[in-house]
Amino acid sequence: MGEESKVVLHGMWSSPFVKRVELAMKIKGIPFEYVEEELSNKSPLILKYNPVHKKVPILVHNGKPVCESLLILEYIDETWPSGPQLLPKDPYQRAKVRFWAAYIQQLLTSMARLFNDGKEAQGKALEEVHEKLRNLEDGVKEFYFPEGSISPDHVLAEKLGILDIMMSATLGPFKAHEEAFNVKILDPEKNPLIFSWVQALIQLPVVKQTAPPHDKYLGLLQFLKQSGFKF
Amino acid sequence: MAEEVKLFRTWSSRYSLRIVWALKLKGIEYETIFEDLTNKSPSLLQYNPTHGKVPVLVHDGKPVCESLVILEYVDETWKHNPLLPQDPYEKSMARFWANFGDDKLMKSISQLFIAHEKDQDVAAVAALENLKIVEEQLKGKKFFHGETIGYLDLAFGWIANLVSILEEIMSLKLVDGERFPHLSSWIQHFIDAPVIRDCWPPRDKMIIKYQVMREKYLAAATPK
Repeated sequence: MGEESKVVLHGMWSSPFVKRVELAMKIKGIPFEYVEEELSNKSPLILKYNPVHKKVPILVHNGKPVCESLLILEYIDETWPSGPQLLPKDPYQRAKVRFWAAYIQQLLTSMARLFNDGKEAQGKALEEVHEKLRNLEDGVKEFYFPEGSISPDHVLAEKLGILDIMMSATLGPFKAHEEAFNVKILDPEKNPLIFSWVQALIQLPVVKQTAPPHDKYLGLLQFLKQSGFKF
Repeated sequence: MAEEVKLFRTWSSRYSLRIVWALKLKGIEYETIFEDLTNKSPSLLQYNPTHGKVPVLVHDGKPVCESLVILEYVDETWKHNPLLPQDPYEKSMARFWANFGDDKLMKSISQLFIAHEKDQDVAAVAALENLKIVEEQLKGKKFFHGETIGYLDLAFGWIANLVSILEEIMSLKLVDGERFPHLSSWIQHFIDAPVIRDCWPPRDKMIIKYQVMREKYLAAATPK
């Protein structure tokens, strides 16, 4: 598999959705070309490859476009089966991973609502984010971290899966989010497991390489906040 | 050792119907537990503590939640009569369209359903646009994957039932044979398919349910 294989990822440096795909490609060790897109000035290729949503990420494999980050992750795992397994083989475990991947997606949506809300509404939006983090903490604990804590050899580059990828992309830049929006999202006391999971992930070289540079990202968030951008 | 399969559902849940159809297509025996979502059973809350929603499939005591996730689980566990395409690219397209159906299409139809008369025209534009996209997908095909019913037919199955119910309540025609020849034809094939046919919830009960729902939404909407 993957002899004469041309892979192009269309993305945006600041998009957590794109970061998921970049990470997956790097974890799997699949060579790819990266094309930076501007969403304010969409290239004809984006409109051609994703006419329905006109968004990135788009993974173009031998000319065929795959859209939507979670679908791309599954596609990557099925197309390049060697290397780290992004999804487990067992159907029940796969179902659990899919469920929690979708839940982390909902967490990101709640975070976007939090970023959009002015000071007044922030209380409710923040409570929603914290509730989701609590649910995530409880749900993932039993299934992903049965020892109840992060063991040092769990979070290894070779063993990363979809949930690790989702967490890295979504919560990896949490410090920039907290600073830009003046909120406390990730509290080591309220979410000890998630906090240590994220900390372990952001130390990994592959995650560090892929993460948006903190200052640049913070600058962008602040700029978008000023201009009333809807996340 | 006999397998134990249970399905938690409600009488009307369109998401639960997907699983009813899938299990029927695979010929799997199961026990049905009907839930009243205003008074959820302890079992449901135990099996789906995060959302407390239906459907939940419990296979030998192990719960699987979220209808599209359940469809993939069913397909991966009972491999005969496959629902999803084998090819990774085709599979990703199937999942893409299922997501489109649930996120964009369903939402736009719901928006139309609860729109006040003055807002209906605008809401209808979005719904029709999204239906047109589905229409395109059906060109040259009897069902979404070809000749036989598969994952996408189950994912879009709600259209075959719910749309005509909403049309009746609102006295409007959304999916007409002229504008949507392929979708109309698909609806007919799907409704008549032996595996699908006997599973529909009672129509009169659905009309009442959705009528009441619509009235509630219209009454609750803030006057401008």
